Amino acid sequence: MQRYFHDELQELRNKLTLLGEKSNDAARLSVESLLEGDLEMVDRVLALDDAIDELEKEIGHACMRYISLRSPVSTDARLILVALKASHDFERVGDEAHTIARKARDILIREGRLSEPLKFKEMSRLSSNLLNDAITCFVEEDIEKAEAVIKMDQEIDALNKHHYEILTAETMQKQLSDASRFDAVLISKSIERIGDHAKNLAKEVIYLLKGN
Amino acid sequence: MNLAIQPERPKPNSASKAKAIIETRDFSFAYGPTQALFDISMDIHKKEVTALIGPSGCGKSTFLRCFNRMNDLIDNTRILSGQIKISGIDIYKRDVDVIELRKHVGMVFQKSNPFPKSIYDNIAYGLRIQGIKRKSELDEVVERCLRGAALWDEVKDRLGDSALGMSGGQQQRLCIARALAVKPKIILMDEPCSALDPVATAKVEELIHGLKTDYTIVIVTHNMQQAARLSDRTAFFYLGKLIEYGPTEQIFMNPENPKTEAYVSGRFG
Repeated sequence: MQRYFHDELQELRNKLTLLGEKSNDAARLSVESLLEGDLEMVDRVLALDDAIDELEKEIGHACMRYISLRSPVSTDARLILVALKASHDFERVGDEAHTIARKARDILIREGRLSEPLKFKEMSRLSSNLLNDAITCFVEEDIEKAEAVIKMDQEIDALNKHHYEILTAETMQKQLSDASRFDAVLISKSIERIGDHAKNLAKEVIYLLKGN
Repeated sequence: MNLAIQPERPKPNSASKAKAIIETRDFSFAYGPTQALFDISMDIHKKEVTALIGPSGCGKSTFLRCFNRMNDLIDNTRILSGQIKISGIDIYKRDVDVIELRKHVGMVFQKSNPFPKSIYDNIAYGLRIQGIKRKSELDEVVERCLRGAALWDEVKDRLGDSALGMSGGQQQRLCIARALAVKPKIILMDEPCSALDPVATAKVEELIHGLKTDYTIVIVTHNMQQAARLSDRTAFFYLGKLIEYGPTEQIFMNPENPKTEAYVSGRFG
């Protein structure tokens, strides 16, 4: 029996999806700003952070309200728990995007555009696709896709390791300042963390659907 | 936790007064020598569901029955002070027609109490007493009320059957339909789901949620989840006093009074 308050769960799902998309946009644009040397884009990414934080708060309030007024159990209770955890993951993605944008600005001001053989574009494409797939498996309740997301995260981890090796190599020390190499390592780490958050969401979707 | 009663009296503000259909001011009431309600002041808003909650003996049902003067039927009851106005009229003034008042303020009880008559006659009874005899008019009202109570589809082919053969949930919805027949503005419900199973309870709750489009509903319930699910505003009573009254979201998520907090979180007593 569909109850009048069950619509609130759909609203919660919609808000969570929106938050996921916003944070994914912020992450993608933050790397793009670095690759394109676009300082205006950096500012746009930094401005997105407040909206992401606000949406996470709204979701937290909606969850608290649903728990207090609707006494959810079973799937509904798991959805509330997943919404709380996933919204935190998305908010952290937003924070990583914010970090990337700040570091991108520092590198751009210091070095101009990066010309070194770093694989940020590929890494960003992978993490963005992964996050997008994780959101899709939540919306479509697709366990197989969620399991695939968990496995795909390894490719991003490998690229992060590759960046670390390149940026600490002796040849690179002559081409980029210490500060920029350090910032580039942090950017790579942030993208890798975005992949981790996508993986977390996929695990949460599996919990939501299977109950364990 | 100290549950001693403090002299709190939440006062309705001017914004709430604008939407108020029931205005209670400093209302005190007694059964013989025993005072049951102490200086209650609260506004009940039009076309909302207001829940009255509190432990047994807190006065919530007494207060509910004051709105249609059902307590007049009990010996030795007295109003000690204050007034209750419905649509601006003091309902305890001498010239108030109590029968007319009860047409405007219908009531549904804890235990469903259909008349030992057919489903049709249960709805038509009150109208016939009012002198309405024309079958087409009665048919129209019976259908409207049964539809209003989300019962029409279940009983339309057996309107002549005895109401006593219906399930408990259907009987309670029939009583709600019967209350709708005389076009009340306000419907009082005293534990309307306490005798029902969860499915029948859900149906009655859905009905109540739908009815607030057209009616003001005041419900007494011991079921706090029900109050939380169903009501727009909640009033918490304890030992005859109104401890806290506000939007249901506030009462269940962040009550101001520690006694309310203790009660809604099950730490009371």
